[in-house]
Amino acid sequence: MASTLVKKYFREDTLPHIWCPGCGNGIVTRAIVKAIDSLGLDKDDVCIVSGIGCSSRAPGYLDFNTLHTTHGRALAFATGVKMANPKLNVIVVTGDGDSSAIGGNHLIHACRRNIDITTIVFNNNIYGMTGGQYSPTTPTGDKGTTAPYGNLDANFDLCELTKGAGASYIARGTAYAAKQLEKYIADGIKNKGFSFIEAITACPTYYGRKNKKGSAVDMLQTVKESAVMDKAWDKLTEEQKEGKFKIGKFHDVKKPEYTEQYGKLIESFNKGED
Amino acid sequence: MKHKELRLSGSGGQGLITGGIILAEAALHDGLNAIQSQSYGPEARGGASKAEVILSEEAIDYPKVEKSDILLSLTQLSCDKYIGGLKSGGILIIDESIETPDRDDVTIYRVPILDTATNKLNKSMVANIVALGVINKITNLVSKESLEKAVIGRVPKGTEELNTSALYEGYNLIN
Amino acid sequence: MTIKLMQGNEACVEGALRAGMKFYAGYPITPSTEIAEISAVELPKIGGKFIQMEDEISSMGATIGASLTGLKSMTATSGPGFSLKQENLGYGIISEVPCVVVNVQRGGPSTGLPTSPAQGDIMQSKWGTHGDHSIIVLYPNSVREIYDITIRSFNLSEKYRTPVILLLDEVIGHMRERIEIPKDAEIEIIDRKKPTCSPEEYKAYEVKEGEIVPDMAAFGSGYRYHVTGLVHSETGFPAGATKAEGLMRRLIDKIEDNTEDICTFEEYMLDDADTAIVAFGCTSRSAKSAIKSLRKDGYKVGMFRPITIWPSPEKQLEKLSKEVKRILVVEMNDGQYYLEVDRIAGKNTKVEKYGRLNGEIIPPDEIISVVKEGYNG
Repeated sequence: MASTLVKKYFREDTLPHIWCPGCGNGIVTRAIVKAIDSLGLDKDDVCIVSGIGCSSRAPGYLDFNTLHTTHGRALAFATGVKMANPKLNVIVVTGDGDSSAIGGNHLIHACRRNIDITTIVFNNNIYGMTGGQYSPTTPTGDKGTTAPYGNLDANFDLCELTKGAGASYIARGTAYAAKQLEKYIADGIKNKGFSFIEAITACPTYYGRKNKKGSAVDMLQTVKESAVMDKAWDKLTEEQKEGKFKIGKFHDVKKPEYTEQYGKLIESFNKGED
Repeated sequence: MKHKELRLSGSGGQGLITGGIILAEAALHDGLNAIQSQSYGPEARGGASKAEVILSEEAIDYPKVEKSDILLSLTQLSCDKYIGGLKSGGILIIDESIETPDRDDVTIYRVPILDTATNKLNKSMVANIVALGVINKITNLVSKESLEKAVIGRVPKGTEELNTSALYEGYNLIN
Repeated sequence: MTIKLMQGNEACVEGALRAGMKFYAGYPITPSTEIAEISAVELPKIGGKFIQMEDEISSMGATIGASLTGLKSMTATSGPGFSLKQENLGYGIISEVPCVVVNVQRGGPSTGLPTSPAQGDIMQSKWGTHGDHSIIVLYPNSVREIYDITIRSFNLSEKYRTPVILLLDEVIGHMRERIEIPKDAEIEIIDRKKPTCSPEEYKAYEVKEGEIVPDMAAFGSGYRYHVTGLVHSETGFPAGATKAEGLMRRLIDKIEDNTEDICTFEEYMLDDADTAIVAFGCTSRSAKSAIKSLRKDGYKVGMFRPITIWPSPEKQLEKLSKEVKRILVVEMNDGQYYLEVDRIAGKNTKVEKYGRLNGEIIPPDEIISVVKEGYNG
């Protein structure tokens, strides 16, 4: 029997979803819905926008205003939605390739404007929907169908990237620690500005098989063991950091939000007329 | 006047585009049709720049000036560049700093436009308005009232008086 | 009645505002930049929104996003920028989002001839985005007509729920000309039809009996629905191959079945003509000037000027092909619209092309010589 969460927030007639058995996307999607539920947002006031890829199919299953756009462009469409109606809670759901390769330019500029959009990246380190090509977050040396001899590229640290670009709230969680991820997403939605939450998840079908990472359960176990809270991370030696990654809330600052600033500009003309 | 085509030329920054717009607006005040166009891109920065104006009692179809009836040149470079595009029988108005070109098929007026702006009005910026006075005194393209109204309507606030006197200094340069 | 001297690009913004534009997203590129600049000045004054995006692709995306959220939206570009718009333009077509895309053309391909005029995007405006589709493309030839046709672009986009492309020439976009601003009573403004049913009953992509397009709810108005670039069913959710033919047919037919409403044109001195010039935009002004001169010399020449170039005014061109001995298509390209005119008229009469690729408007004298050369009165 469907949970109350599913009943309240999912479009049951669009299920089952397209994700593979063992995929972490369901956990991350649930965390988003739980976060929205914890904030008590009206479904009519939430707009979820996505690009192209496995994760970008999530909005179709969710009972909000939902917009499934073109590859990499979710933030561009979302910017138009937010500008047109700043009262909407705009949430972007995207993948690692969608947000940081083809959509990388839109990501850094949305950060720079500090526009009030919450972006959740489902980072599975691979292009899943097209069948396992390496992405900007595939670790150097790992394999993909287009990196048959190991990936030569250095990989992005998306949280560092968005911090440099000007986002006001940045956190990284995992599909293993779903409760914590939920909290980061809820805090991100509450932040009046651009919020970036990286959710580390696993693709057993492509990334896992290509790189001999074991079963879906093994992969989630690895995520758990590799994730280190930021305070503990700082105490690790470079050697101890090998193969691990940092999680936590990395950045949370107040600064002018784009649509609010534009609203003030409009207001200044209204006053001028009186 | 049925249909007249003008080319106002000089260097970028001499306000010739504004001059062209003012002339076209004056023509509208007189109930005429008018088109103003200009050069864009790198050509508009430095070197020779131009504004084109077509004034007509009828509808203006082709919007570009091929051979002009009137050519104004405020610099040697622009005069050299556009003199070939002046109709035989046309009117050439040049600043006195420019050498009189070898065209015995046109009427030439050599006038101290830049000097009047710089030394008499103490504002080189108003050379374009002085030039408009000169052009209109010679050609009578638009009514005096309409031209003055168009000048006042286009120039920055607070400079109306200066520009009106520039216009009249221009008129005075032609007897 | 207000009479003004106005630049073509300015008239485009003035027309857009009159039509109800409340959102503009763009990226700087000449010769269209004034459209962005003036929108940036005017929109906040009326509570509208302007944003300069990071590129052309995102400008198109934001324009669609804002329209889905209920605002009449526009973007403008030129040359290479129009190529970049094509991706999300296709999205606007399949997801049926009204918006206006202005292309002030310049010479190409690539960076080409910045920023000299050209009419080289005739085919791109029709087929620029991938896949089968139909599209509305309008092409004014004066400053006043830019004003009117910009309003019409918005009206058609709202009525048919589709992006409308407004093709402009640099020559008209940048020149200043006399314009009479029409009174309110002379202007028709069309707004998209909103749903009247309850949110529970709302099917976002269902066309009701007697309607051309589905009713359109704004995001945030209480009608929660799904929009996708995938082939979708009446509900808006992805549907796969079984629904593809039906959806595609509907998207194409809503335009092609309504050409009577969509197509406008000008006929000039065609009554007794044995030779017809087909021209649009600034080239039609050269042609008109040439015709006036040719008529004085006894040549029976007229002009057919499509103002809607896509869908093409097929019926009128076919009729014309039975009335004249010769059709000369004059355009500032290597014969793009000629292909369409020849397709329609070629079986009934001789169709010829005359073009230019040098970044300069075709002067009347050239048209006069071409007409005289092959004249057979």
